[in-house]
Amino acid sequence: MGFLLQMIITGVVVGSIYALVALGFVLIYRASGALNLANGEFVLIGSYICLTLVAVYQIPFIFAFLLTLVFNVLLGMIVERVVLRPLINAPTISVIMATIGLSSLLAGFAHMIWGYQTQSYPPVFPSTPIRMGEIIISPVYLWSFIIVIIMLILFGLLFKYSKLGLAMRAVADDQMAASSVGISVKNVYLITWGFASLVAAVGGVLLGNINGVDATMATIGLTVLPVVILGGLDSILGAIVAGFLVGIIQNLTAGYLEPILGGGLKEVIPFIIVTLILMIKPHGLFGKGGIERV
Amino acid sequence: MECGNYKTNYSKDMHLFRIPRVKLRIFIIVLLLFLLPLFTSNYVIGLATLCAIASIGAIGLNILTGFTGQISVGVGAFLAIGGYTSAILTSILGWSFWISLPLAGLVTAIVGGIFGIPSLRLKGLYLAIATLAAQFIVLWAIGRFSGLTGGGEGMVLQRPSIGSFTFSSQTSYYYLCLVILLLVTIYTLNLFRAKTGRAFLAVHHRDVAAQIMGIHLLKYKVVAFALSSFIVGIGGALLAHYTMIVTVELYSIDVSIQYLAMILVGGLGSVFGSILGAIFITLLPVALGYMIEFLTVYMPNAYSLLNSFQEFVFGLVIILFLIFEPGGLIHIWNNIKTYLRLWPFSY
Repeated sequence: MGFLLQMIITGVVVGSIYALVALGFVLIYRASGALNLANGEFVLIGSYICLTLVAVYQIPFIFAFLLTLVFNVLLGMIVERVVLRPLINAPTISVIMATIGLSSLLAGFAHMIWGYQTQSYPPVFPSTPIRMGEIIISPVYLWSFIIVIIMLILFGLLFKYSKLGLAMRAVADDQMAASSVGISVKNVYLITWGFASLVAAVGGVLLGNINGVDATMATIGLTVLPVVILGGLDSILGAIVAGFLVGIIQNLTAGYLEPILGGGLKEVIPFIIVTLILMIKPHGLFGKGGIERV
Repeated sequence: MECGNYKTNYSKDMHLFRIPRVKLRIFIIVLLLFLLPLFTSNYVIGLATLCAIASIGAIGLNILTGFTGQISVGVGAFLAIGGYTSAILTSILGWSFWISLPLAGLVTAIVGGIFGIPSLRLKGLYLAIATLAAQFIVLWAIGRFSGLTGGGEGMVLQRPSIGSFTFSSQTSYYYLCLVILLLVTIYTLNLFRAKTGRAFLAVHHRDVAAQIMGIHLLKYKVVAFALSSFIVGIGGALLAHYTMIVTVELYSIDVSIQYLAMILVGGLGSVFGSILGAIFITLLPVALGYMIEFLTVYMPNAYSLLNSFQEFVFGLVIILFLIFEPGGLIHIWNNIKTYLRLWPFSY
């Protein structure tokens, strides 16, 4: 029983980070109908920036974290302006390839500067594990979970009540109608990419604190794809629920199925889930299906 | 001037070579390709072989993604299926390469056809993700059945042979690949003059409209997946017998992306574009390697940057092409041709 609970709790924590990164995907998809396959690289670069600020320039963690957020927002906006803006109304494959190209470019850039070695953060959170009965949780996990929940609530409120959030929802709903009531669609795209990049940076810093930073961190961009599909590409609630679901399923697989079926299944199981979901319910648990007209 | 080329019926308009002069031009290019080994070193021939194999794969992918409009991010897995099938047939069962090559294509076509079935419901982004999932699942399965596939260590293959002659030298294998590339090119060019290819194009433009016109969507989408996978599988088998080893790492997601980049840089929906793109993307890292070598004179540690620099430039090339030349290399080539034809009186 303790083992099962431990697995579930680890799954919830990992899942919360998945939910956060998935939020970045969903934000961009809702606003512009594009899937940002370079999201993993935003995570990676955010993590490296914060690490460099903390470890090399000796800036206190909290300020370094804030600076990283500012930097990543700028990065996201620049990317939107330079790469994605010319491709508005381009066919799907162009947008997919543009973000793939972007991911290669950003990854190459990050490797040129920071290399391939795993680098670890200086300890930011206390390291003595917290015991709750049989279950042991490291404080990093707990803090990650808390930060992610706060972020998700903040974004939920922003979307629901602020003028900006309203504008973003309007653009997601109908670009033409939104621009006819005076919303600048271009600015909304710009801000959306900034937000998505910011969210990725938070995910990157948290992941970096848990596992250290290296080149493989960017693969979270692909691991999170099944989460987004499972939840529905245009649903924020879906991203959050699916994030936790996939996190838990992945850890249960690692705990119970891998000893029987062999290693590596943990990384593949989200893709098996996504294949099934696509066959049965292509728009995910919470997504909206569209009507196609000729 | 080509102002005397009147076409008086449709069949003339559908000819493979619409202008007689093109026949001569293509013949000269093919002849030069066959004579290439006379002028160059083994290293260049090796690169040319890789280009030819990549071209076969790129044409296969272009049938599906460029012509039929079904995005596939899983080419790496299909190359792997082709390579592993041939490896199992020749190395474990001891069959001849000449039987295993078409069988490799056939097995890949069957798997491709199965992954094509969801394409009836899935479009655009969703299909891309489904094929991405296929990539991970197929590679995991290959690694998992280690009794058959050698698991992490991979498998060793032999070069093909006829009678006592073995295609062991660079030049002989180059000829083999070149001949197969020629066959694939002619087949694909003809495919799009026939009913099946026309149906693919209709599906690309608007599949709902195509269905209304009487095109059986499921049939043609599955056929597109199967045909494309067949050619990709042949490419995979040729590559496996060239490198003489197959491991799961050789077919990662990066390979899929490279092939997508080839058809994008070359030109979506163009057979010659696929070949140009395959050559470009295959030679790009080589050219960058020379550049880095040149830079080591000024920066002694430049070599350590090689991998990341190649990655960076690869991404940059994709983005620049998308923004400035979405038609790809073939579009540039056609523009140059149009410009030269009427030069110096361009209007």
